[in-house]
Formats: sequence, C-alpha cells, structure tokens
Amino acid sequence: MSSDQTPPAVEDVSTQEARMGDGVDDRFNSTLREAFGSTPFILTKFDKFMNWVRGSSMFMLQFGIACCSIEMIHTYAIKHDLDRFGAGIPRASPRQADVIIVPGTIVSKFAPRMKRVYDQMPEPKFVVSMGSCTISGGPFQEGYNVVKGAEEVIPVDIHVPGCPPRPEALVYGVAKLQERIANGESSPVTVKPYELEQFGDLEQDELVDKLADEIDEDDLVMRYNWDNSP
Amino acid sequence: MSLEKPTPDTATEVGVTEDGLDYDALADLLGGHVLDREEHVNAEGFVIRPDEVQEVLSTLKNEAGFDHCACVTAQEYDDRYESIYHLRKFDDPTQELSVVVPTTKDDPHSESAARVYDTADWHEREAYDLVGIDYDDHPDLRRILLPETWQGHPLSQDYNQDQPQIVTLRENANPLEEDHRSEDDPDTMFVNIGPHHPATHGVLHVKTVLDGEQIADIEPDIGYLHRCEEQMCQQGTYRHQIMPYPDRWDYVSAGILNEWAYARAAEDLADIEVPEYAQVIRTMSAELCRIAAHMLALGTFALDVFGDFTAIFQYAFRDREVVQNILEDLTGQRLMFNYLRLGGVAWDLPEPREEFFEKTRDFLDDLPHKLEEYHDLITGNEIFQMRCVDTGVLSEEMVKQYGATGPVARGSGVDYDLRRDDPYGYYDELDWNVVTEEGGDNFSRVLVRMREVEESARIIEQCVDLLEQWPEDEREIQANVPRTLRPDPDEEIYRAVEGAKGELGIYIRSDGTDKPARFKIRSPCFSNLQTLPEMSQGEYVPDMVASLGSLDIVLGEVDR
Repeated sequence: MSSDQTPPAVEDVSTQEARMGDGVDDRFNSTLREAFGSTPFILTKFDKFMNWVRGSSMFMLQFGIACCSIEMIHTYAIKHDLDRFGAGIPRASPRQADVIIVPGTIVSKFAPRMKRVYDQMPEPKFVVSMGSCTISGGPFQEGYNVVKGAEEVIPVDIHVPGCPPRPEALVYGVAKLQERIANGESSPVTVKPYELEQFGDLEQDELVDKLADEIDEDDLVMRYNWDNSP
Repeated sequence: MSLEKPTPDTATEVGVTEDGLDYDALADLLGGHVLDREEHVNAEGFVIRPDEVQEVLSTLKNEAGFDHCACVTAQEYDDRYESIYHLRKFDDPTQELSVVVPTTKDDPHSESAARVYDTADWHEREAYDLVGIDYDDHPDLRRILLPETWQGHPLSQDYNQDQPQIVTLRENANPLEEDHRSEDDPDTMFVNIGPHHPATHGVLHVKTVLDGEQIADIEPDIGYLHRCEEQMCQQGTYRHQIMPYPDRWDYVSAGILNEWAYARAAEDLADIEVPEYAQVIRTMSAELCRIAAHMLALGTFALDVFGDFTAIFQYAFRDREVVQNILEDLTGQRLMFNYLRLGGVAWDLPEPREEFFEKTRDFLDDLPHKLEEYHDLITGNEIFQMRCVDTGVLSEEMVKQYGATGPVARGSGVDYDLRRDDPYGYYDELDWNVVTEEGGDNFSRVLVRMREVEESARIIEQCVDLLEQWPEDEREIQANVPRTLRPDPDEEIYRAVEGAKGELGIYIRSDGTDKPARFKIRSPCFSNLQTLPEMSQGEYVPDMVASLGSLDIVLGEVDR
C-alpha cells in the first residue's frame, strides 16, 4: 500500500554512526538515567520491584470459551496488539501462564474443568473476566445450565463488561490489571465459589443418595445449588 | 459450477412431479403406515407408529429419494411426546417431508432412525438428553450435551430448574492411569484432547485412542458450551427478544447469516413480506459476514497446520478487521450485530451513503490481490499441500449419511447450496456460482472456502451497485409488522438458510401466544462434527487436528 512513497535518500552513514549521534558517546545516559540524577543506583523495596516486573511482563493463558474469545483474538492480533502493553503472547499451557482471561459463558459441564485449569496455573495468578456472561451469566442468565458468573468458580480481579467488549475495552481492562499488580493491590474474594470436592465429602441428601451407585466416593465433583445463585 | 443446477435423474423417485411433490403418491407408497396427515407450513407431515420408524424411513430413503435427514425435533405436548424427522433431498431441498412420530406420555419409547440415517444418532441423543424420549435400538443412547449425572430433562414440561445438580470431573482422569487399559491390545493409549486445548477451536473434548501414532478410536465429547439457546428463544417474544440470540450461535462474525435463519422462519410462519430493498441490504450484509467467517476459518486453519501465529493468521485478522469496520458502520456493532428485524432491517445504510459505498468498494478492490497472497502462502505452499492433500478424506456417500452441509459437503463434491436450491433474499436475481471441489480432503474444504470468498465478493459488488442506484423514495426497509406478533396457533415450520457452515435450520411451533412453543435449532456444525470419526480413523493425530480445523466448527453452534 505504501509502495508509492519515495524511499528516503540513502546517506553514507552507517547505522551505528547514526545511533551514536554527534559528540560524546552517550548511549548509557538515557533519559531514565538522567531522571535518576548522578547516582547509577535505584533504591527500592524488593517486593515493589517484583510487582513492577510482574505487571510489565504478563503471560496470558490461551483460553477460548465462547463469543468473547473472538474479540480476544482480535485484541491479540494485528491492529490492537495487546503485546504492546507488555501483556505477552498467549501461552498454551496453564503452567506457563500467570493471567487467565475468561472469555465467555461458563456452563455446568465446563466449570469443573476451568477450575482445574485455574488450579494448574502457578502463583501468583490473576483473572480478567471478559463479557457479561462472566459477570452474571449475561444474556443466558436464566438458562438451566449456565453458571451465573465466573466468580462462582474462581476469584476475579478485573471485570470487563460488554457483550462482547470491544478490543479497546479489553486492552483497558488488562492495563488496569497491570496497574494494580504494579501497585501490589490484590482483589478480595467476594463470592463463595463452587468448589471441587470428593463425592464422599458431600452432605448426604436425596440427590447424593440417588447418585451414589453412579459416582465413586473419591471422584471429584462440583455441586450446583441453583436456587442459591444470585 | 453455475446457478443452473444439473437436472437430477428423478424419474425413479416416487411422488416427484413437475410442480413439486405429490404427497398422495408418497402416502400410497407407505400405505397403512400413515396414520394421519398434518399440514406444516413448509411440508406435509405423515404421522406414523413409533415402532415402524425404521421401516418407513428406509422406504422413503430408498424409494422416494429422501437422502437428507436434516433435523430431528423432539417436543412434549400436554398429552404426548413427539419426534419429527425433517427429510429433504440433496438434489432438491425444496422437496420436503416431515415424519411425525408421537409416543405416549408415561413411557415415551420410539424406534431409532440411526440405522437408516447415521446423522440421527447424535440428533436422537440430543432429543433424549433435552426432552427425554427413549429411542429403542439406538446404538449408543447417552446424554450428549449435559453431564452424564444430570437429573431430569430440561425441555420437558415438569422440569424443575432450581433443583441442585452434581457434575463430576472424572471424564478427564489422568490419561497416564488409563495407559494400556485395553487388555486385548496393550499397545493402545488413551489421550484426552481438550476441552481446553489450542487446537480444538473452543471447548471441544476429543477422546482419542491411539495405536502407535495412529488413531484407533475417536469420540468428540461436546456440551461444554451448551448455553440453553433453545430455552432462551422459547422464553422470548417473536418480535424483538429472540433476534439477539442467533448472533451468539455461530459467533465468528456470522451473525447476520444466523439472524436470517430466524427471520426467514418467523416471516414465513407469520406470512410477512419483506421489501425488496431490505432484501438487498440483507444479502449484502450476510455475504460480508460470510467473508469474515471464512477468513477466520482460514487463519485458524493455518494456525493448526503450520502453527503459524504470525503471517497468515495475522493477515486473516487484518482482513477481518476491514470487514468488521464496514459492518460496524452498517449495524453499529463489531460482532453481535442484531441488525435484522422481522420484516426488514433495523435501519438504512449509514449516511453519507457515498462514503459507505466507497469503503465497501475499496475492500472489494483490494480483495483479489489479498486472495492471491493467501494462495501463495497457503494453497501454493508445498508443505501445506503435503499436510492436506489426501488427508481426512470424506466421501460423498458419508456426507449424505451424516447430513453434512456447507463447505464440508461442497468440498466432497455434493452440489448443495440453499442460496441457490431453496432461494431466499435476493440471491436468485444475482449472478454468482456455487463452488464445489471433488477431492473430499482437507485441502478441498479449504479451497472451497477461499473460492467462496470470491463469489461472496461478486454478490456484494452487485448489491452495492443495486443499492447505489435505488431511487430515494423507494427505500423501504421495513414491512408492516404488528407490534406484538402472534402467529396462528399450532402452525409448524422448518426453514433453513445457508449459514457460513452450512444448512442452518429453525423449527418453530406456535401456540397462539407471542412466544414460540418450541424453538429448535438445526446447527450445521453439529452435523458436520459427526463426520470427524469417519475422516480421522487410522490417520495421525496432526492430521486429525487438520481435519477438525477444516471442518471449521464453532462450539457455540455445536452445543447451542
């Protein structure tokens, strides 16, 4: 598309020379360095430094669920390019990731799996919930099979509302998360999540009795109490 | 390869006449099996006994030529359960017939059709899962969408949505524990692929048994995105509350194609005539959606085959951004358009119109060059050819058995496109071709999609020309539709459109209120995914992943 532009005139300057500029070599005197003044040292708390590092280089989990994942891909891809903000290339394995974006509706069959994937991520880990479905169930809130929000299953740091949110909104949400991480803030867990527990540990009731011959005592299960859902 | 479809040899098929189907002849063919005849809006329904399903359907398939079992709808009435088999022909989908199978309320048993049409296997499992009809002689009657330990059947009348449920995590047991589990063949290994896996295009779980590196057995496990779409639509009013949901079935920007499926079914049900101008806008925007959807299919397929997150994937998304910009100008949304209304569209083209036309034309002008680039990168690439030619082969016979449609069917040489065969919108006034390829392998399916993008561009170009010259005082975008739409009670209709993935059909039964009594979605991806075991048996795992990519499934539409 830009082929009709004329190429810049070739000057007889090597790249190295061009970067050095005129005068004394000041490659080590960056603007950051100037801001520090005469001392080459930064004095900070180790925790604070680690938070800054964490917020500036985040590995996202490649985790697509529903419609929002299409907009999430657009956020990673050309034009919006989330990588510009130090929020990394998506990682396929939860063991290499420290941020999970939950992009879509969570249904009863998937919630235990998502919980498992979340558990496999190393600490410290952060969650961005994307879209209305992960806030409340969104347009599917009244469905018989839909978990009413990601916070029913895992704790969430940042909610990005929308159906689906625009890529710009997700970029803003991730930037907010980075800011919070860099400041060392963490989110309180506000909702008691559904837990994975062993079938034998469930409270005995009609339903548990009925399923007793189908499920082993030590199988992991998740119990949904729909009438308590928000 | 053209709009003129080769005339099929129908001389031997019972009931075919010059002006459509002769239902009397079909009823004579079945003789005493037909207990009663019903009038549906799209076709006649023959009521048969629940223990004669196989006999009736195989007669209809073999002697009357109904080779396409498009959909199986199950529903519960106050006094009975009912399964409806929507039959049509690949050669001429306007020839339709519904086979209605009522069963008793207290013990709903019905004979399975899976031995006649392979596609009925999954459809009947879904009917069992959601409505609760037992199909006798079914090869494998288990729940398909809901977890195995679910209590009750959610679309039946006495279901209590507030009862607690328990869901297990045992399906995803550690695969290493399952090693060497088969006693007679100790070399096989069980591998879970998904539900969280980068190559499954969403939350699909593929249970794979490997023999060495080859696939010995494979079973797609779906339901990880079952969002109760049918329940949502049954709770909404026809006029406004249903239309947002179709956008979320096939969510890769194919929104307007899906909306059209609902619009077409509901408009035919309520007898609404859509103004021509609105039809042209619909046709144009639907084809823009098709391009966006095929671009995503292309980009993710390259990602699957090359593991290439850089060039092709990003190029495809660059082009999608352009389409999405145009659609955003038109509809106000990037992904969930909610643009069609019953009887028309939400609003006219954006002002200034010239700017919109120019933008669309610019996109169309750039497209041939871009497609050439894709062909250089993808189809012309030797590595790609080695990966894709002659892998994942799906024969024409299997396509018909499983009711696969869309690019999957056309990649196997089945010349079936509802835009031409069952015309709607403005398609029959325009000049374009149906693309087919004979190969039936992964390569053909990708090629079909790429060539369909060209055809879509041709359609859009003609629509833009039409819209530009449309006289200003005849730009009618909306028919006169009552504020509260109440179709006559007990009308039934099955109508389909050509979605991005194939035949997207809607069955609606009205009960005189402003909400449908039954709303059933026939998703093309659901049927297409059923062919995966067929095409990957004996192949290597990476070829299976390529086949999955070339099927181009969207889990939102598979699970609904």
